Amino acid sequence: MADTRNAGRPLSPHLQIYRGGLTMLMSIVHRITGVALYAGTLLLVWWLTAAATSDQNFDMVQAVFGSWLGRLVLFGFTWALIHHTLGGIRHLVWDVGHGFALKDVEMSARLTLAASVILTIIVWAVALGVS
Amino acid sequence: MLRKTPLGQVLGLGSAKAGTEHWWHQRVTAIAGIPLVFFLIAYVLMHLGASRAEIVASMQNPIVAVLMGLTILNLVWHMRLGLQVVIEDYVHVDHTKYFLLLLNTFFAWVMALAGTYAILKMSFGL
Repeated sequence: MADTRNAGRPLSPHLQIYRGGLTMLMSIVHRITGVALYAGTLLLVWWLTAAATSDQNFDMVQAVFGSWLGRLVLFGFTWALIHHTLGGIRHLVWDVGHGFALKDVEMSARLTLAASVILTIIVWAVALGVS
Repeated sequence: MLRKTPLGQVLGLGSAKAGTEHWWHQRVTAIAGIPLVFFLIAYVLMHLGASRAEIVASMQNPIVAVLMGLTILNLVWHMRLGLQVVIEDYVHVDHTKYFLLLLNTFFAWVMALAGTYAILKMSFGL
Protein backbone atom coordinates (compact mmCIF):
# COMPACT_ATOMS: atom_id res chain seq x y z
CA MET A 1 0.00 0.00 0.00
CA ALA A 2 2.71 2.50 -0.96
CA ASP A 3 1.57 6.10 -1.18
CA THR A 4 2.38 7.01 -4.77
CA ARG A 5 2.17 10.75 -4.05
CA ASN A 6 5.35 10.48 -2.03
CA ALA A 7 7.32 7.56 -3.38
CA GLY A 8 10.42 8.62 -1.45
CA ARG A 9 8.94 8.19 2.00
CA PRO A 10 10.39 5.36 4.07
CA LEU A 11 8.45 2.12 3.98
CA SER A 12 8.45 -0.64 6.51
CA PRO A 13 10.99 -3.21 5.36
CA HIS A 14 9.49 -6.48 4.18
CA LEU A 15 10.83 -10.02 3.88
CA GLN A 16 13.15 -9.43 0.93
CA ILE A 17 15.10 -6.82 2.90
CA TYR A 18 16.36 -9.23 5.53
CA ARG A 19 19.15 -11.76 5.23
CA GLY A 20 17.65 -15.19 5.70
CA GLY A 21 18.58 -17.13 8.76
CA LEU A 22 17.63 -20.04 10.96
CA THR A 23 15.20 -18.04 13.09
CA MET A 24 13.41 -16.72 10.01
CA LEU A 25 13.19 -20.27 8.68
CA MET A 26 11.78 -21.46 12.01
CA SER A 27 9.09 -18.79 11.91
CA ILE A 28 8.06 -19.78 8.40
CA VAL A 29 8.17 -23.50 9.18
CA HIS A 30 6.00 -22.98 12.27
CA ARG A 31 3.31 -21.44 10.09
CA ILE A 32 3.66 -24.02 7.31
CA THR A 33 3.45 -26.95 9.75
CA GLY A 34 0.39 -25.30 11.29
CA VAL A 35 -1.37 -25.11 7.94
CA ALA A 36 -0.30 -28.69 7.11
CA LEU A 37 -1.71 -29.91 10.43
CA TYR A 38 -4.96 -28.13 9.58
CA ALA A 39 -5.25 -30.45 6.60
CA GLY A 40 -4.03 -33.33 8.74
CA THR A 41 -7.07 -32.93 11.00
CA LEU A 42 -9.09 -34.21 8.08
CA LEU A 43 -7.07 -37.45 8.16
CA LEU A 44 -7.62 -37.90 11.90
CA VAL A 45 -11.36 -37.25 11.64
CA TRP A 46 -11.59 -39.48 8.55
CA TRP A 47 -9.96 -42.30 10.49
CA LEU A 48 -12.25 -41.79 13.52
CA THR A 49 -15.45 -41.67 11.47
CA ALA A 50 -14.37 -44.73 9.49
CA ALA A 51 -13.72 -46.64 12.71
CA ALA A 52 -17.13 -45.55 13.98
CA THR A 53 -19.09 -46.58 10.90
CA SER A 54 -18.15 -49.84 9.16
CA ASP A 55 -15.47 -52.48 8.64
CA GLN A 56 -15.42 -51.58 4.96
CA ASN A 57 -14.69 -47.89 5.64
CA PHE A 58 -12.13 -48.74 8.29
CA ASP A 59 -10.30 -51.23 6.06
CA MET A 60 -10.15 -48.66 3.27
CA VAL A 61 -8.64 -45.96 5.53
CA GLN A 62 -6.17 -48.46 6.98
CA ALA A 63 -5.16 -49.52 3.44
CA VAL A 64 -4.64 -45.88 2.39
CA PHE A 65 -2.65 -45.05 5.54
CA GLY A 66 -0.64 -48.25 5.18
CA SER A 67 0.39 -47.61 1.57
CA TRP A 68 3.82 -46.11 0.96
CA LEU A 69 2.28 -42.75 0.09
CA GLY A 70 0.07 -42.93 3.16
CA ARG A 71 3.04 -43.70 5.36
CA LEU A 72 5.01 -40.85 3.82
CA VAL A 73 2.15 -38.44 4.57
CA LEU A 74 1.80 -39.78 8.11
CA PHE A 75 5.56 -39.44 8.63
CA GLY A 76 5.29 -35.80 7.56
CA PHE A 77 2.22 -35.41 9.78
CA THR A 78 4.18 -36.80 12.76
CA TRP A 79 7.09 -34.46 12.20
CA ALA A 80 4.81 -31.44 11.63
CA LEU A 81 2.87 -32.25 14.81
CA ILE A 82 5.99 -32.63 16.94
CA HIS A 83 7.77 -29.66 15.40
CA HIS A 84 4.74 -27.38 15.75
CA THR A 85 4.26 -28.52 19.36
CA LEU A 86 7.91 -27.87 20.29
CA GLY A 87 7.86 -24.59 18.33
CA GLY A 88 4.70 -23.69 20.23
CA ILE A 89 6.47 -24.29 23.54
CA ARG A 90 9.27 -22.00 22.29
CA HIS A 91 6.65 -19.32 21.60
CA LEU A 92 5.05 -19.83 25.03
CA VAL A 93 8.45 -19.30 26.68
CA TRP A 94 8.72 -16.00 24.79
CA ASP A 95 5.17 -15.14 25.87
CA VAL A 96 6.26 -15.18 29.52
CA GLY A 97 9.24 -12.98 28.65
CA HIS A 98 12.17 -15.38 28.50
CA GLY A 99 14.72 -16.37 25.87
CA PHE A 100 14.80 -13.22 23.74
CA ALA A 101 18.60 -12.79 23.70
CA LEU A 102 19.99 -13.42 20.23
CA LYS A 103 22.05 -16.43 21.32
CA ASP A 104 19.06 -17.89 23.19
CA VAL A 105 16.81 -17.52 20.16
CA GLU A 106 19.39 -19.25 17.96
CA MET A 107 19.91 -21.98 20.53
CA SER A 108 16.20 -22.69 21.02
CA ALA A 109 15.77 -22.81 17.24
CA ARG A 110 18.49 -25.46 16.94
CA LEU A 111 17.13 -27.41 19.90
CA THR A 112 13.58 -27.36 18.53
CA LEU A 113 14.68 -28.52 15.11
CA ALA A 114 16.97 -31.27 16.43
CA ALA A 115 14.44 -32.49 19.01
CA SER A 116 11.61 -32.60 16.45
CA VAL A 117 13.66 -34.76 14.09
CA ILE A 118 14.92 -37.07 16.85
CA LEU A 119 11.47 -37.51 18.43
CA THR A 120 9.88 -38.19 15.03
CA ILE A 121 12.47 -40.89 14.33
CA ILE A 122 11.88 -42.40 17.80
CA VAL A 123 8.09 -42.47 17.30
CA TRP A 124 8.50 -44.16 13.92
CA ALA A 125 11.10 -46.58 15.20
CA VAL A 126 8.61 -47.63 17.89
CA ALA A 127 5.79 -47.76 15.33
CA LEU A 128 7.71 -49.90 12.86
CA GLY A 129 8.95 -52.11 15.68
CA VAL A 130 5.39 -52.74 16.87
CA SER A 131 3.68 -53.34 13.55
CA MET B 1 -15.24 12.98 25.67
CA LEU B 2 -15.51 9.24 25.72
CA ARG B 3 -17.86 8.19 22.94
CA LYS B 4 -18.77 4.87 24.42
CA THR B 5 -21.84 3.42 26.00
CA PRO B 6 -21.49 2.45 29.66
CA LEU B 7 -21.67 -1.22 28.62
CA GLY B 8 -18.96 -0.68 26.01
CA GLN B 9 -16.71 0.91 28.64
CA VAL B 10 -17.16 -1.98 31.00
CA LEU B 11 -16.47 -4.58 28.31
CA GLY B 12 -13.44 -2.61 27.17
CA LEU B 13 -13.87 -3.65 23.57
CA GLY B 14 -12.96 -1.39 20.67
CA SER B 15 -14.49 -1.17 17.23
CA ALA B 16 -13.20 -4.64 16.36
CA LYS B 17 -15.64 -5.99 18.99
CA ALA B 18 -12.92 -8.19 20.34
CA GLY B 19 -10.05 -7.59 22.67
CA THR B 20 -7.27 -9.99 23.39
CA GLU B 21 -9.46 -13.09 23.29
CA HIS B 22 -8.10 -14.34 20.01
CA TRP B 23 -4.52 -14.17 21.23
CA TRP B 24 -5.47 -15.60 24.60
CA HIS B 25 -7.50 -18.51 23.20
CA GLN B 26 -4.60 -19.36 20.90
CA ARG B 27 -2.37 -19.64 23.98
CA VAL B 28 -4.88 -21.55 26.09
CA THR B 29 -5.38 -24.12 23.33
CA ALA B 30 -1.61 -24.23 22.73
CA ILE B 31 -0.97 -25.11 26.36
CA ALA B 32 -3.79 -27.66 26.44
CA GLY B 33 -2.45 -29.11 23.21
CA ILE B 34 0.89 -30.13 24.70
CA PRO B 35 -0.37 -33.05 26.85
CA LEU B 36 -3.04 -33.89 24.27
CA VAL B 37 -0.42 -34.34 21.54
CA PHE B 38 1.40 -36.76 23.88
CA PHE B 39 -1.88 -38.61 24.38
CA LEU B 40 -2.61 -38.76 20.64
CA ILE B 41 0.83 -40.12 19.73
CA ALA B 42 0.71 -42.65 22.58
CA TYR B 43 -2.80 -43.75 21.58
CA VAL B 44 -1.81 -44.25 17.95
CA LEU B 45 1.33 -46.19 18.91
CA MET B 46 -0.68 -48.43 21.23
CA HIS B 47 -3.28 -49.18 18.55
CA LEU B 48 -1.14 -49.81 15.48
CA GLY B 49 -2.56 -52.69 13.51
CA ALA B 50 -5.60 -52.85 15.79
CA SER B 51 -8.85 -54.14 14.32
CA ARG B 52 -11.93 -51.94 14.14
CA ALA B 53 -13.44 -53.86 17.07
CA GLU B 54 -10.37 -53.07 19.16
CA ILE B 55 -10.56 -49.34 18.27
CA VAL B 56 -14.26 -49.28 19.19
CA ALA B 57 -13.50 -51.11 22.45
CA SER B 58 -10.73 -48.63 23.28
CA MET B 59 -13.25 -45.77 23.02
CA GLN B 60 -15.46 -47.51 25.57
CA ASN B 61 -12.90 -46.56 28.15
CA PRO B 62 -14.31 -43.19 29.29
CA ILE B 63 -10.88 -41.70 29.89
CA VAL B 64 -9.76 -42.51 26.35
CA ALA B 65 -13.02 -41.21 24.86
CA VAL B 66 -12.89 -37.96 26.82
CA LEU B 67 -9.20 -37.39 26.04
CA MET B 68 -9.78 -38.09 22.34
CA GLY B 69 -12.76 -35.72 22.39
CA LEU B 70 -10.68 -33.02 24.05
CA THR B 71 -7.90 -33.60 21.53
CA ILE B 72 -10.24 -33.08 18.58
CA LEU B 73 -12.04 -30.05 20.02
CA ASN B 74 -8.84 -28.38 21.22
CA LEU B 75 -7.15 -29.03 17.89
CA VAL B 76 -10.10 -27.68 15.93
CA TRP B 77 -10.32 -24.53 18.03
CA HIS B 78 -6.58 -23.90 17.77
CA MET B 79 -6.41 -24.52 14.03
CA ARG B 80 -9.39 -22.30 13.30
CA LEU B 81 -7.76 -19.40 15.15
CA GLY B 82 -4.44 -20.09 13.45
CA LEU B 83 -5.75 -20.26 9.91
CA GLN B 84 -7.81 -17.14 10.54
CA VAL B 85 -4.57 -15.23 11.15
CA VAL B 86 -2.98 -16.73 8.05
CA ILE B 87 -5.97 -15.67 5.93
CA GLU B 88 -6.00 -12.17 7.42
CA ASP B 89 -2.26 -11.84 6.76
CA TYR B 90 -2.28 -12.81 3.10
CA VAL B 91 -5.74 -12.18 1.68
CA HIS B 92 -6.53 -8.51 1.24
CA VAL B 93 -9.48 -8.65 -1.14
CA ASP B 94 -12.52 -8.32 1.08
CA HIS B 95 -14.95 -10.73 -0.57
CA THR B 96 -12.28 -13.44 -0.93
CA LYS B 97 -11.13 -12.89 2.63
CA TYR B 98 -14.60 -13.18 4.16
CA PHE B 99 -15.38 -16.18 1.97
CA LEU B 100 -12.25 -17.97 3.23
CA LEU B 101 -12.93 -16.95 6.84
CA LEU B 102 -16.42 -18.44 6.55
CA LEU B 103 -15.02 -21.59 4.98
CA ASN B 104 -12.51 -21.82 7.82
CA THR B 105 -15.29 -21.63 10.41
CA PHE B 106 -17.47 -24.15 8.58
CA PHE B 107 -14.59 -26.60 8.18
CA ALA B 108 -13.73 -26.32 11.87
CA TRP B 109 -17.33 -27.02 12.92
CA VAL B 110 -17.65 -30.00 10.59
CA MET B 111 -14.40 -31.48 11.93
CA ALA B 112 -15.46 -30.84 15.53
CA LEU B 113 -18.89 -32.42 15.10
CA ALA B 114 -17.80 -35.33 12.93
CA GLY B 115 -14.97 -36.19 15.31
CA THR B 116 -17.16 -35.90 18.39
CA TYR B 117 -19.93 -37.93 16.76
CA ALA B 118 -17.52 -40.73 15.85
CA ILE B 119 -16.04 -40.86 19.34
CA LEU B 120 -19.43 -40.87 21.08
CA LYS B 121 -20.85 -43.47 18.71
CA MET B 122 -17.98 -45.84 19.43
CA SER B 123 -17.94 -45.01 23.12
CA PHE B 124 -21.63 -45.81 23.56
CA GLY B 125 -21.26 -48.91 21.39
CA LEU B 126 -23.93 -47.77 18.93
